[in-house]
Amino acid sequence: MATVFKRTEMLVDVPQHYCPGCTHGIAHRLVAESLDELGVGGRSVGVAPVGCAVFAYNYFNCDMHEAAHGRAPAVATGIKRVLPDNIVFTYQGDGDLASIGTAEIVHAAARNENITVIFINNAIYGMTGGQMAPTTLPNQVTTTSPYGRDASHCGMPLKISEMLSTLDGTYYIERAALNTVKNIKNAKKAVKKAFQNQVENKGFSLVELLSTCPTNWGMTPIEALKWVDDNMIPYYPLGVYKDRGEGELK
Amino acid sequence: MTEKIIIAGFGGQGVMSLGQMIAYSGMTEGREVSWLPSYGPEMRGGTANCQVIVSDEPIAAPIISEADTVIAMNLPSLDKFEPRVKKGGNLFINSSLIERKANRDDINVHYIKANETAVELGNSKVAGMVVMGAYIKTTNVVKAETIIESLKKVLGEKKLDLIPINEKAVEEGSRQV
Amino acid sequence: MAKQLMKGNEAIAEAAIQAGCRHFFGYPITPQNQIPEYMSRRMPQVSGCFLQAESEIAAINMVYGAAGAGARVMTSSSSPGIALKQEGISYIAGARLPAVIVNIVRGGPGLGGIQPAQSDYFQSTRGGGHGDYRTLVLAPASVQEAVELTQEAFDLADIYRIPVIVLGDGMIGQMMEPVEFGKYKKREVPDKEWASTGTEGKRKPNIINSLFIDPDDLEKENIKLMNTYEEIAKNETRAEITNAEDCEILIVAYGTTARIVKNVIKIGEKNGVKIGLIRPITLWPFPSETIAKYASQSSVNSVFSVELSTGQMVDDVKIAVNGVKPVYFYGRTGGVVPLPEEIYENVIKKTGGAK
Repeated sequence: MATVFKRTEMLVDVPQHYCPGCTHGIAHRLVAESLDELGVGGRSVGVAPVGCAVFAYNYFNCDMHEAAHGRAPAVATGIKRVLPDNIVFTYQGDGDLASIGTAEIVHAAARNENITVIFINNAIYGMTGGQMAPTTLPNQVTTTSPYGRDASHCGMPLKISEMLSTLDGTYYIERAALNTVKNIKNAKKAVKKAFQNQVENKGFSLVELLSTCPTNWGMTPIEALKWVDDNMIPYYPLGVYKDRGEGELK
Repeated sequence: MTEKIIIAGFGGQGVMSLGQMIAYSGMTEGREVSWLPSYGPEMRGGTANCQVIVSDEPIAAPIISEADTVIAMNLPSLDKFEPRVKKGGNLFINSSLIERKANRDDINVHYIKANETAVELGNSKVAGMVVMGAYIKTTNVVKAETIIESLKKVLGEKKLDLIPINEKAVEEGSRQV
Repeated sequence: MAKQLMKGNEAIAEAAIQAGCRHFFGYPITPQNQIPEYMSRRMPQVSGCFLQAESEIAAINMVYGAAGAGARVMTSSSSPGIALKQEGISYIAGARLPAVIVNIVRGGPGLGGIQPAQSDYFQSTRGGGHGDYRTLVLAPASVQEAVELTQEAFDLADIYRIPVIVLGDGMIGQMMEPVEFGKYKKREVPDKEWASTGTEGKRKPNIINSLFIDPDDLEKENIKLMNTYEEIAKNETRAEITNAEDCEILIVAYGTTARIVKNVIKIGEKNGVKIGLIRPITLWPFPSETIAKYASQSSVNSVFSVELSTGQMVDDVKIAVNGVKPVYFYGRTGGVVPLPEEIYENVIKKTGGAK
């Protein structure tokens, strides 16, 4: 029987701990395929976050670091400055990157560190059980915003791609989503480009991936995919926010 | 021989450099030395001081409770450090800027017109070196030549033209004691 | 190599360069600024990397990354900054990585002051961050010793795969003394086979990690760490002993305080009181056995811990002496440095002088 689809070399053959319907698995696959296709797996070093992807170091088939909460861009900076010819990436969620780690991501971007950042935005803290994230939408119910996020009380969500694209240092910023086949295909292109940029020494590249959290959103996986379309994409529009290779966009 | 010196003055009077030159010269002449500065906000325009020890023996603590010599470049420094001169020790007072006389009579007091002499020589910045001249003439802790050699290190290649006026300052200072 | 007159901070930085450190991540704070300043000048000359981080937290995490990638790496700060770095230091300890952290201690708590202090003794010797770990703590008492201990810190870190703290104070950092480089004999260090440098498709991935979610696994890791610490205690505990044979009063003091106590010994000699000094060079591991041995001499009537703090190391001295002799404390805090006469008077007042 002919094989039409197989595990990529850059993923370790172990069961992942993610919940049914969670799109982390897809994001992992896109990263792994990109490393594979670019032929850089053997010189890649990844940095895992604190959050649902905390065990990512067991899944990617390359050297990995586990970082403290929010510090992955600083850790990646340290690695890249020692190993400038290696491919260094961070894989971070929204609590990690957009809350406790804002200083680290902003300054890594401002320095135009030649690293690749995969930013998973699912508008919630997954690992700790569904608390409000900096990316939680206005009126969204979480375990720490039980009446819905009240913007007059705790402010508005952070739009990371828009924010970082204003920095002169950043090279490439794109937001994609993992909720439809079409969006996933675009996401793959973005992820691969973000790594290609690093291979070509272009500089700081970040891809924000709108993801689902059916468990903490209290939805079925299919409802969650639709919720991304109906609620997240209108607030977090998809597209390329910065590409210094193409001049300023948007 | 152990010589413990406190040099104090306004920030910008070069008291840190004076101390460093003595320490550097002491080291060049084969002695044990230490140089301990005051640091922090008081460096920014307030009073600054450094404590220098030159000794034939290893130096225990770099801090000085009783000084063999105090060099006071301004009044607050005199007020603060006059009591720290040991009996029979030396106190150098920059009489260009300090009007009062020393309160003590159990020490050797030297009044040096540091700023006036420097201005007469044509560069107010060498006031410290005038006192330096008086100091090394009095105590013989290090040789004048060694001080000038260490000054060359401090100034660097580009400012070697400043050496002659500094030499003159040291010489003028030595005449005032 | 000829003697040079150098500030402690600059000498520490140069020592790191000479030890092969080529990566430094720092953040400004008084009184250690000459270390990052020196590094920013010097690193480009040796094809190294100086990077000023956005915070102490970022700096220590850059150290964590660089250490995991196999580099000899250092950061430096002063007390409040070191408090911020504790998160990263704990991760470095947990992931078993070598790194050197310099703390030029200033007075605290809070923003405190900027003058010399030894009030970070607890923080340094008890791990400092969260979890079951220790750091090897080296406490130089002169600029020359700061140079040699900084060089050795890199070897110790590599040999035992632990973070090593070089604990100075504002006085060590700011004072100038003659130093000679090239005196330190490099120790043999193992290869870093564990480093994350890319698999090149030739080996299984190396994972730099301190997360062990299964309690049995974490316990095993912690026992591994404990075994390393026991080995360090056995091999690396160090103290300098001065005048302690048959002394009447035994003083324990480290760093610059120990130098002041050397003057106290002289005052004692003039007054017919024999004072001995034990100067711990490693604060962790603490030289308990040495202190116990000298304290138990029949000549000794009391033991003193003299510190620039309100009394921290005195706890370890008490544990070491274990009730055999009375243990007293004298210290100044907040950046105040006591003069030898003051220490002598207080020691005599407490002990009643010689027997």
